[in-house]
Formats: sequence, C-alpha cells, structure tokens
Amino acid sequence: MLQEILSWLTDPAHWSGPDGIPHRLLEHLGYTVVAALAAIAIGVPLGLFVGHTGRGGLALVGLTNGMRALPTLGLVTFLFLVLGSTQTSTLIALVVLAVPPVLAGTYAGVQDTPRGVVDAAQGMGMTGWQRLWRVEVPNATPLLLGGIRNAVLQLVATTTVAAFVGLGGLGRYVLDGLRVYAYPKVAAGALLVAALAVVLDLLLAGLQRVIVPRGLRLAAVTRRRGGVAREPERVGTDVVAGAVAREGANG
Amino acid sequence: MIEFRSVTKRFDDGTVAVDNLNLSVDAGTITVFVGPSGCGKTTSLRMVNRMVEPTEGAVLVDGADVRASDPALLRRRIGYVIQQAGLFPHRTVLDNVATVPLLSGWTRRRARDRAGELLELVGLPTELGKRYPAQLSGGQQQRVGVARALAADPPVLLMDEPFSAVDPVVREGLQDELLRLQAELDKTIVFVTHDIDEAVKVGEKVAVFRQGGHLAQYAEPDELLARPADDFVSEFVGRDRGYRRLSFLDASGIELRDVPTAREGALPEPRPEEWVLVLNAEDRPRGWLPPGSTVDTGSETAEVQPGGSLYTKGTPMRGALDAALSSPSGLGVVVDEDGRYAGVVTAEEVLEAIQQRRAEPEHGEPEQGGFG
Repeated sequence: MLQEILSWLTDPAHWSGPDGIPHRLLEHLGYTVVAALAAIAIGVPLGLFVGHTGRGGLALVGLTNGMRALPTLGLVTFLFLVLGSTQTSTLIALVVLAVPPVLAGTYAGVQDTPRGVVDAAQGMGMTGWQRLWRVEVPNATPLLLGGIRNAVLQLVATTTVAAFVGLGGLGRYVLDGLRVYAYPKVAAGALLVAALAVVLDLLLAGLQRVIVPRGLRLAAVTRRRGGVAREPERVGTDVVAGAVAREGANG
Repeated sequence: MIEFRSVTKRFDDGTVAVDNLNLSVDAGTITVFVGPSGCGKTTSLRMVNRMVEPTEGAVLVDGADVRASDPALLRRRIGYVIQQAGLFPHRTVLDNVATVPLLSGWTRRRARDRAGELLELVGLPTELGKRYPAQLSGGQQQRVGVARALAADPPVLLMDEPFSAVDPVVREGLQDELLRLQAELDKTIVFVTHDIDEAVKVGEKVAVFRQGGHLAQYAEPDELLARPADDFVSEFVGRDRGYRRLSFLDASGIELRDVPTAREGALPEPRPEEWVLVLNAEDRPRGWLPPGSTVDTGSETAEVQPGGSLYTKGTPMRGALDAALSSPSGLGVVVDEDGRYAGVVTAEEVLEAIQQRRAEPEHGEPEQGGFG
C-alpha cells in the first residue's frame, strides 16, 4: 500500500494539468487563505472590542460555541440552496468555521492581560485606544496567534469539502478516488492535506516567534518556573550575621 | 494639596465604600491611608486620579476639582504606583519608565534619557533598563514601578499598597528608599497600606479608616500611638503600640559601655570567662564569643555565635532595645554611621533612658485610652 501511495505521488502525470498536484494544492491553499483572512478580519476586531470593553463576553461565548457546532457540509449545502453559488457558499461556510477560534483567541488574549497591568495603563493616563494598542494587543498576541493557527489547521482539513460541491482542492483526490475505489489516490490526497497543514502550522509557529514580544516569552518562562526572579544579593551586609533577617521579621 | 470634601462613594450594588470623607492632605508630605480590608482606603485613593468617581462630594487637587480635567490628562500629572508594580511585560524596563513622558509627547530619545536618570534615582543600575520585567526580582520591579510613576515629575504621587507583595526584608529597604527619595523630591504622596507598622514608619500623617468607609482618626503617627481616638483605633494600632512608639523617641540619652573585643582570626587564648565581641579588620562586628568556650570545637567560625541586630547611633530608641534583646550576650551592639563598633548597651539601660525621656515635659503627658 505504501509503495502504491508513493508511486502515485511520484507519477509525473500527477504533477501537471488542472488535476495535477500543484494546481490542486494551490486551489486548496487559496480557499484556506481567503477564508482565514476573512475570519481574521471579522474575528480579531470583534474579539478586541469584547475583550477591551468587557461587554458581550457571555453572548460571545454562546455564539462561538453555537458556530462550532454547525456541521460544515450541511452548512455548505444549505447556503448553496439559498445562494445558488457553490464558491460563495463554500467560502462562507469555511469562514463560519474559522471565526470562532480566532474570535475566542483574541478575546482570551485581551482578557489574559494581567489586571494590574491594565490598571497601571489606565492610571498612567492612557486613553482607551492607547491602552488597547500599546498594552492589550501586544499582550494578546500569544493567544491571538494561537487562535489563528487553530483556525488555519481546521481550514486546511475542512477545505476538502469543497470537492463535495464540485469545486477543486486536494479533496478532489479523496472524493474521486473513493468513487472508483482507487485507495492509493485517496490516501495520497489525505497525506497531502496533512502535509499542507503541518507546513502551514510550522510557518505560523515561526511567525509567532517573530511577533510575540520578547518580554512576554520571558514572562511565560518565569511563570512556568513559578514566581518572579530571585532577589539580588544584598550589598553592604555590614551587620552581624543573621541580624538582617531578624530585624526584618520584627520591623 | 489634596482635599476630600464630603466625599461619598456608593457602588451600584448599594455598598458604601466611602462615607462622607472630609480630609485634606498637606502638600509635600507623605500621608498614609491605613485600615482593614473593605474600609475604603483604596477607593479613596483612586478617587484622586478619577479611577473611581465619587457619588457625592468633590476631590480637589491644588484647589481644582479633579472632575474639571480630562481623566487621561489628569492622570499624567499624578504618579501612580500599584501592588506588584503592574509593569508592562512586553516592554523593556527603560520603556516602562518612559511611559508617561512618551504619552505626553516627549521625543523617544529624551524620554529614554529621563528614564535612565530615574533608574539611577531609585537605586537601580542603568544596565537593568535593557531587561524585561520578568527578569527582575519583586523588589526591583517595585523600584521600577516607583521610577515609572516619577518619570514626568508629577507633584502628586499615589501609592496603592506598593510594597505589600515583597518579603519583609526587601519591604523595609523599599520603605527606607521611599523616605530618602521623599527627602530629596518633596512630593505630595498618598500611600495606602493595611499594615500599621508600615503606616507609622512611612507616614508623616496617618488616616485610619474603619469598615464602611469612615475616617476613624487622622493624626501624626506619634499622636496616633499615644492617643488613639477610640477603641477601634487602639485595637487596630495593636498591642505593640507602646513598643512601636519607641520608633519616634530618639535615643540620645543612652550612655554606651565598652566590652572586651577581639579580632576575627586572632581570638584570645585561653578563651576569656566573659562575652567577647568579635570584630573584623574594619571594626565591624562579626559575632560573639561565648564565655569559657573551648578551643577544640573545631573551626573558629563554629565557635563564634551570630549576633543580634545592630543599633546605629542617632536612630530611634526602638533599634537600641531590639539590639539588646536580640543579642545572645544581652548586650546590644551599637555602631556608628559607617557600621563600626562604638559600644554596647543593656536592655535595662535602654529602659532607663526611656523612663527619663517620658519624664521630660514634651514626652511626658499622661497616656489616654491606653488599654490596647
């Protein structure tokens, strides 16, 4: 079986033309990227608004959970019946799938900013916008980007449904293979989807390393170790040994 | 000057956090708001920079109602230090300190130069400026918090339990540092704490709050300990208030005595039959050699017992008594300002000096309400 998958993948005939791997891969990537960008455009501002103002948090949780429960294939079919366009209905369904993780990640990221930090930002005299952009957004980046990575993984996996409504993408190999019992083709298609997911996730992980401020990564490390850095050695201990501690205890 | 005029704060759920507060904080002093949790001390503080708005009454800073200013602009003129510092984790220490100057439109370069000066002012090496808050200890973070609050040189500084999250030794250092800074800067500081020891140490005036947001007493620390206004205050300032008051009594009347001393590394042979104070080459006390100790206990360091706290000449009486009580020999070691040995005192001598001071007219008024 492995041998068959490998020979299917390495067959030059499968690397050209409209049903070739490069073309299908690009189609798949195209749907994924467009849906991800749309989900970011919707989810990030909404998540920032709710996280910053603290308004509508409950409604948000309900909404995102509801959206997660929607079966994507069913949604595509329903939208197709309403809109009549396969492309639009597929994209809308994918966006609906991708918005919840982005929204939840952004919201959680803003909420995750330590209370004291937000209080200090306000007390220093930052306006609401300044606090959002200078404090809450940078502090939200780890969870926000985590949400986006999550969304992209789900998108890569789910974009296979595009094939079910007659569109392209790597789902074609799975669907077409199943129809004629060509299992190596099915498996190769699935493998390609998985490989694309891994590559995209690695790229986003790299991006996360670049974007997340260094101070936050250090803070995460300190938190894992439990607590703050050690007090520095006190200088000028010109006191009889042990006296400092005792003086402190009863001071 | 900060004035609270009939200020009441009632929260939406009906709880009254502050009840008809009338109080004025003198310019250039440290005023401490102290009380148990839920007494409205923090709420009162936060009404000064409009982090909380009063339900009734008005808060005035230098004669102007704070509500007349835009909150953000008002806050840039009022320094703000909070518990656990609240430093921005994603910014370097230097950029944290430069926050308010940058908000006020300074150039980045000028703001950073200023931030560097402030790190020095609060006793931190300037190299720390390049680090991130997570790389600092709790005490260092608090210092940065103070530096950040002082960056735009505001006349007023609000400090909300600034030192309560650090360990007692570091806390004491920070308190001393604050007093040193204040002697230099002369700010109007409102300082909130639940710790009465901290309140009487740091405050030039202390406002004691009680549950329900009532002001129970507003007085100088010495007065507060000597004459608590009512049972609540006397209980709150605690059983040790007689002892604490020693912090405000100077110990100039104490006569020092001499005690046999020996150099570290060159202890007398045979060991004498009395306590010997061991000094190092710079005359700094290292510990006590017990009477009649034997040479064969091993190393010299094992033989020498660690001493008690040291009393620095010219500081309040409390330190002298503590030095005597904490010393294994019963003799409190007195040092000069450079930490060099100056003499010893016994607890009896300190108590005698205290009695003498109380007999003097300005310290000798009979105590009232002294049942705590």
